[in-house]
Amino acid sequence: MALRAGTLVSVRAGTRARALDRLRLSDIVFRQLTRAAAFGVLLLLSGVIVALMVGSLPALRTFGLSFLMTERWNPVTEKFGALAPIYGTLVTSFIAMLIAVPIGLMIAFFLTELCPQWLRRPIGIAIELLAGIPSIIYGIWGLFIFAPFLQGTLQPLLIATLGHMPGIAPLFSGPPYGIGTLTAGLILAIMVLPFVTSISRDVFAAVPTVLKEAAYGVGCTTWEVARYVVLPYVRVGVIGGVMLGLGRALGETMAVTFVIGNAHRISASLLAPATTISASIANEFTEAVGDLYTSSLTALGLILFVITFIVLAIARYMLMRIERRIG
Amino acid sequence: MTARYAGRRRRNMVATILALAATLVGIGWLALILGSLLWQGFSGLSLAVFTQMTPPPGAQGGLLNPIVGSLMLTALALAIGTPIGILAGTYMAEYGRYDRLTSVVRFINDILLSAPSIVIGLFIYEVMVAPMGHFSGWAGGVALAVLVIPVVVRTTEDMLTLVPNALREAATSIGLPRSLTIRHICYRAAQAGMITGVLLAVARISGETAPLLFTSLNNQFWSANLNAPIASLPIVIFQFALSPYKDWQALAWTGALIITMAVLVLSITARSLASTGKQS
Repeated sequence: MALRAGTLVSVRAGTRARALDRLRLSDIVFRQLTRAAAFGVLLLLSGVIVALMVGSLPALRTFGLSFLMTERWNPVTEKFGALAPIYGTLVTSFIAMLIAVPIGLMIAFFLTELCPQWLRRPIGIAIELLAGIPSIIYGIWGLFIFAPFLQGTLQPLLIATLGHMPGIAPLFSGPPYGIGTLTAGLILAIMVLPFVTSISRDVFAAVPTVLKEAAYGVGCTTWEVARYVVLPYVRVGVIGGVMLGLGRALGETMAVTFVIGNAHRISASLLAPATTISASIANEFTEAVGDLYTSSLTALGLILFVITFIVLAIARYMLMRIERRIG
Repeated sequence: MTARYAGRRRRNMVATILALAATLVGIGWLALILGSLLWQGFSGLSLAVFTQMTPPPGAQGGLLNPIVGSLMLTALALAIGTPIGILAGTYMAEYGRYDRLTSVVRFINDILLSAPSIVIGLFIYEVMVAPMGHFSGWAGGVALAVLVIPVVVRTTEDMLTLVPNALREAATSIGLPRSLTIRHICYRAAQAGMITGVLLAVARISGETAPLLFTSLNNQFWSANLNAPIASLPIVIFQFALSPYKDWQALAWTGALIITMAVLVLSITARSLASTGKQS
C-alpha cells in the first residue's frame, strides 16, 4: 500500500516537473520572441538608412557634395542636382507652418478656454478626423477644386496688389498658374493643421487649473491667461507639436505631387510651378531609366529622411520634456 | 485706468473673435473637402463600380480590381505587421518597462510613426523589388506592414501599461507563469485598446499611396497574384486623376469617396471602441 502510494506520488512529481519545464521553456521562448520583435523595430530604422545609403551611393560618388548645391536636373545628359527639390520642400513647408501654426494655436485656445463644454468633444473629433483623411484626397481636391479656385481669385488678387509692392514684388510675379509653390503650401497647411491643433490642445489642457485660477483671481482676461500663463507654461510642448507638424509637411507626398507642377527649377515667384523632394521621387521614380537617375532619386530620399529625422527627433525630445514636467 | 482696462477688454474681444474664426476655418475646411468629395464622387457611385474592372479610356467600367487589390495588400500588411507590433509592444510594457532598450525603441518607433511614407517605399524598392527584379504585391504588402508596425507598437504598449498591476500580481500568486499571465490576463484586459490600434493602422494604410508607387505598382487587369504587380485603389486614383480623360477622372473621384468613407468609418469605430474600453 505504502509502496503504491509512493510510486503514484513519484509519477505525479514526474509529470509535474515535466509540465513545469514546459511552462518554463514557453516562458523563455515568449520572452525572447517579444525581445526579438523590439529589436526588429530598431533594425527596421537602421535598415531604412542603410538601404537608402547603398542605393544613393552611385549618385553621391558621381556628383559628390555638388549634388546638394546645383540646380540642374537633366535626365538626358544624366546631370543631377538636388537644390531645386530641397528648396521647394523647405519653402512649401515654411508656408504651411506660417499659416497652420497661428490657426492651430487659436483653435486650441478656443477649445480649451472659450468653447462651451458640450461642443468641445464634437469639434475636437472633427479636427482629428481631418488628420485621418488620406493625403491623396487632399491631392485630388487640391488639383480639381482648390487650384482652379486660386487661379481665378486669390492669385490674380495677389499679383495685382502685392505683385507691385517694392521688395516683395518678385514673390508674386508671373501668370496665375493655379498649381505651384503657394498652392502646395496652402494644401500642406490644411494637412498639418490637425496635428498642430490636437497636440496644442492636449498640452494646453494639461496646465494645472490652480495656475489659471490664480491668474483669473488677480483680474486677468481670458486672453491674458492664455497668452501669459498657459502659453509660457507649455511652450516646449507647443514647439514639439509644431515640429511634429513640420515633419509631416516636409515628407508629405501625394497632396503636394498633385499641385506642385513638378518643375525642377528655383523661381523667385511663389506662383510658379516648382518641385519638392517627395514629389520628384513620386513623379519620376518608376520612369527613371539608368542607374544614375534612380540613384539620384534615392539620394533625394536619403536627404529627405535625414531632414525629417532631425526635425522629428527634436519634436520628440521637446514633447518628452513637457511630459516629464506635467507628469 | 479705465482707458487701460477698456484696451485690455478690447484685446480680449479681438482674441476671442480670432479664435472663433480660426475654429470656423478649421471646421469649414473639413466640411468643404467632404462636401465636394460627396458632390463629385456620389454621382459616379453605382453597382458597376464594385463589379467591373478598370476601363480603358472612353469605356464604361468600375473599380473591382483595385478594390480587391487594396483589400489583399491591407490583409497582407496586417498579417505581417500586427504580430510583430504586438510582440514588440508587449516587450516594452511587460518585460522591459524600465529598460534602456525600451526607451530607445520607443523613441525610434515614434520617429517611424511619422517618417515620410515615400521613403518607406524607396526602402522596400531597394530590399525587395530590385533584388527580385520585378514589382510585386508582396513588396507592396511589406511596405504597408512597415507602416502598420509603429502604430500597433505604440497602442499595444500604451494599453498594456494601463493594465493594473494588481491583475498581474493576482495571476502570479496563483502560480501562473509570466507568459501565460500576459497572454491570458493582460491581453484580455487591454483587448479593446489593442483592437483600436489595429483599426487605426488599417485607417492609416488604406489611403497610403506613396509607398505603393514603386512596390506594387499598378495593374490594368484582373490579378490576384501577389507575385506580380497588383492594382490598388490609391494608385488608380492617382493615375486616373492625373489623366486627361473625363470618365477616368470621375472614377478617381468615386474611388476617393470610397476610401474616405472607409477611413472615416474605421476611425470612428476605433474611437468609440476606445471609449467603451475605458469605461469598463
